[in-house]
Amino acid sequence: MGIETTRRTFLKSAAATGAALVIGLRPDGRIAVAATGSPAELNPFVRILPDGVVEVVIKHFEMGQGTTTGLATLVAEELDADWSRVTIDFAPADVARYKNLALGAQGTGGSTAIANSFLQYRKAGAAARDVLVNAAAETWNVPASTISIEKGVLKAADHQAHFGEMIAKAATLFAPEQPVLKSPDQFRLIGKDGLPRKDTPAKINGTATFALDVKVPGMVYVVILRTPRFGGKLKSFDASAAKAIKGFIDAKVLPTQEGVAVYAKNTWAAIKSREVITAQWDYSGAENRSNEELVAHHVSLLDKPQHQAVKGADLARTEAALKGADQIVEGDFIFPFLAHAPMEPLNCVIEPTQKGVRFHDGCQFPTVVQHVAGAILKIDPANVEIRTVYAGGSFGRRATPVADYHSQAAMAFALLGGKTPVKLVWTREDDLHGGFYRPMVAHRVRVGLKDGKIVGWDHRLAGKPILLGTAMASEEVTKSGIDPATVEGVNDTHYAIPELSVGVSSPETQIPVLWWRSVGHTHTAYAMESIIDMVAKAAKADPVEFRLAMLSGDDKDKQRLAGVLKLAAEKAGWGKAPAGRFQGVAVHKSFNTYVAEVVEISLKGGAVKVEKVTCAVDCGVPVNPDVIRAQMEGGIGYGLGAIMRNEITLSEGVVDQQNFPDYEPLRITDMPQVDVHIVASTEPPTGVGEPGVPPVGPALANAIHAATGTRVLRPPMTRAGVKFV
Amino acid sequence: MAIKLNVNGQPVTVDAEPGTPLLWVLRDDLDLTGTKFGCGVAACGACTVIVNDEPVRSCQTMIEDLEGANVSTIEGVGGKDGSAAAKAVQTAWAKLDVVQCGYCQTGQIMSAISLLKSNPKPTDADIDTAMSGNACRCATYKRIRAAIHHAAQIMEG
Repeated sequence: MGIETTRRTFLKSAAATGAALVIGLRPDGRIAVAATGSPAELNPFVRILPDGVVEVVIKHFEMGQGTTTGLATLVAEELDADWSRVTIDFAPADVARYKNLALGAQGTGGSTAIANSFLQYRKAGAAARDVLVNAAAETWNVPASTISIEKGVLKAADHQAHFGEMIAKAATLFAPEQPVLKSPDQFRLIGKDGLPRKDTPAKINGTATFALDVKVPGMVYVVILRTPRFGGKLKSFDASAAKAIKGFIDAKVLPTQEGVAVYAKNTWAAIKSREVITAQWDYSGAENRSNEELVAHHVSLLDKPQHQAVKGADLARTEAALKGADQIVEGDFIFPFLAHAPMEPLNCVIEPTQKGVRFHDGCQFPTVVQHVAGAILKIDPANVEIRTVYAGGSFGRRATPVADYHSQAAMAFALLGGKTPVKLVWTREDDLHGGFYRPMVAHRVRVGLKDGKIVGWDHRLAGKPILLGTAMASEEVTKSGIDPATVEGVNDTHYAIPELSVGVSSPETQIPVLWWRSVGHTHTAYAMESIIDMVAKAAKADPVEFRLAMLSGDDKDKQRLAGVLKLAAEKAGWGKAPAGRFQGVAVHKSFNTYVAEVVEISLKGGAVKVEKVTCAVDCGVPVNPDVIRAQMEGGIGYGLGAIMRNEITLSEGVVDQQNFPDYEPLRITDMPQVDVHIVASTEPPTGVGEPGVPPVGPALANAIHAATGTRVLRPPMTRAGVKFV
Repeated sequence: MAIKLNVNGQPVTVDAEPGTPLLWVLRDDLDLTGTKFGCGVAACGACTVIVNDEPVRSCQTMIEDLEGANVSTIEGVGGKDGSAAAKAVQTAWAKLDVVQCGYCQTGQIMSAISLLKSNPKPTDADIDTAMSGNACRCATYKRIRAAIHHAAQIMEG
């Protein structure tokens, strides 16, 4: 019996048992269709359920950025599905099928979800459409060309059926090698409003599952008593007092000596037990410096940059150009460490399976977690299953190159013998003390002007690299010593700048650093867009006009930057602020998306009130306009709170901030009016999770300068004495 | 110690040590996980529930103080038997797609319901005062404000 005969025989029985139709990728990358339970079943992108519901399998995690809605839209568009009958499911860990095409591993980051999925998910939807239409054509004995689909219903003269009715026939057909995609003028869902988010219903009635909500039979709870200083090692501990805590089970040293795993029968008992356990630490190899020593170390590296980040640039030539200038505008910027502080403190559940383990996690980087946990548990990474659940925020924090909290869970699980399920829980204090911060970064910028025009730009940065020295660093990054995540937004600026030199140095510190929503752009946009404002003032030019002059020409990036800048300025009424209102502007490209923001503030008794932010965004084809608006609103709020008042500081190596009262998040009382304007575009779609963040800080800084004359070079604003209403 | 209280209209007896926050009793013992842990120090509002008609932070509400209390959580406010305010708030939250990561939203919704029960037509300032203890790191505040106004309109009919 040949494979096809087997397949057809199976399918006959499958049809009788109510199987679903699945559309996925074969290992060779070709699209395949099959019925669930068949020998040809694969991890799919789309499932057509017997009742006609279309289930889209989401290869990215949902941290609020709208991925579930976005990827479902792509499939529903090509299928002409009924949006109210489209559901979502998270993909398992399977890098061969579900890798992020922009990253090469299964994971979410860099605002790539829609961009890398745009064709892939539409092809899956189009392949499903093809087999369903052909199944209907065979069943009804009519030409396929006479069949249309309206809201999930296949129609031909005298015939109609929902998708589920065609499963048995469709599963016997072959998917087209190159499914025909709709042209943009045929879109009914992409670019349209009125598609409710897929994650809303569960998130407003309490049924949405986050990892902290997962309970499996026999599970114990664990918190980690961790070294107070980065790089500290446990010398000894005494858990005898914990024996008086009801529910306490045991305390065991993690093999890395980074801390003690405290086990209990419930979360509260684990937290209370940890409070009474004492420990001694060896700090001989730890980071023991205080904040200002770290700042001084960063600043000291600006004198002699270690690497040149602009190809063909030469610091000596730039310095010569600056010598010929008639005006120098300069600034030394210092940016603090920042914690991501997602609302859900980090946690995960790990339980044994027949072949290995299963994590329940709001998992941002399944491939990394598989490898890290596989190494700790000495099992094949393929046997590390991951059940992805909703993530209560991330902003980058859940994707560390070392899978920090997963590795703690895996170690705690192994220490108990590898048979008892473990839930690892971090408290907010653990989160703020847990490292993997936006790096501290120092910038020194000197810009030379002659006759009001820029003649040279000497830009130096010192910041601990994020990628360098990790498994995620490319060969190019390792060889050059330049981390793109440190210099992006400066060395690749689209402003016309003659004699630009970008020198970069890597400070030595044990404090782990990480991408924080918009990564290097969190500080580079602030430095660039602040100094441009200072330069415009020195040249006695309007800040918008001055920027537009540096963005003239045929270059597409310049045009798109100029486009959003003009749009934001027009919509904000740039230069026409009402009495008592002051404006600041910034424009920045990040993750291939172009965003301009105008911040409008007022002063009340000397305190700043952020009244309004006008945002213009060009992200190519706007797949879900309301998700884009939400991401701009959220990005603006996230950036605003940090730039207003957040910093992580250290005293003798110990983080000073404990909890939200001293790492105060943006509150509803701080939230300005936000107006978002989306540029119509037919360019390929680009990300929106991060690009709303970078312009808001410098736009606020520029508005504060316009209002008060205070130029903040070392955020947060409150550190510089700025008060907010 | 054994404590008797009513949770979402059902009498329950819980056995917990004095000093145990209501939050962990709800989550770990009663499997009512819609109430979230965010900070443990009443600074973020993710754990907001309604006790005897008042919104409280369940992470700082000790179980021994709840003998005979009526506790209402997100699991109990909606559905067929939900109050007009709860229905209006959840309808408005869906209509405006307020949520992003969603983790804080059950707490936001509990605070919004409490606000509308005591003040059916809140101003922006009233909303800011009532909601300032509920943090949202996704910064969905603009939509929270709009959704509360929308819910007030729904209640007005």
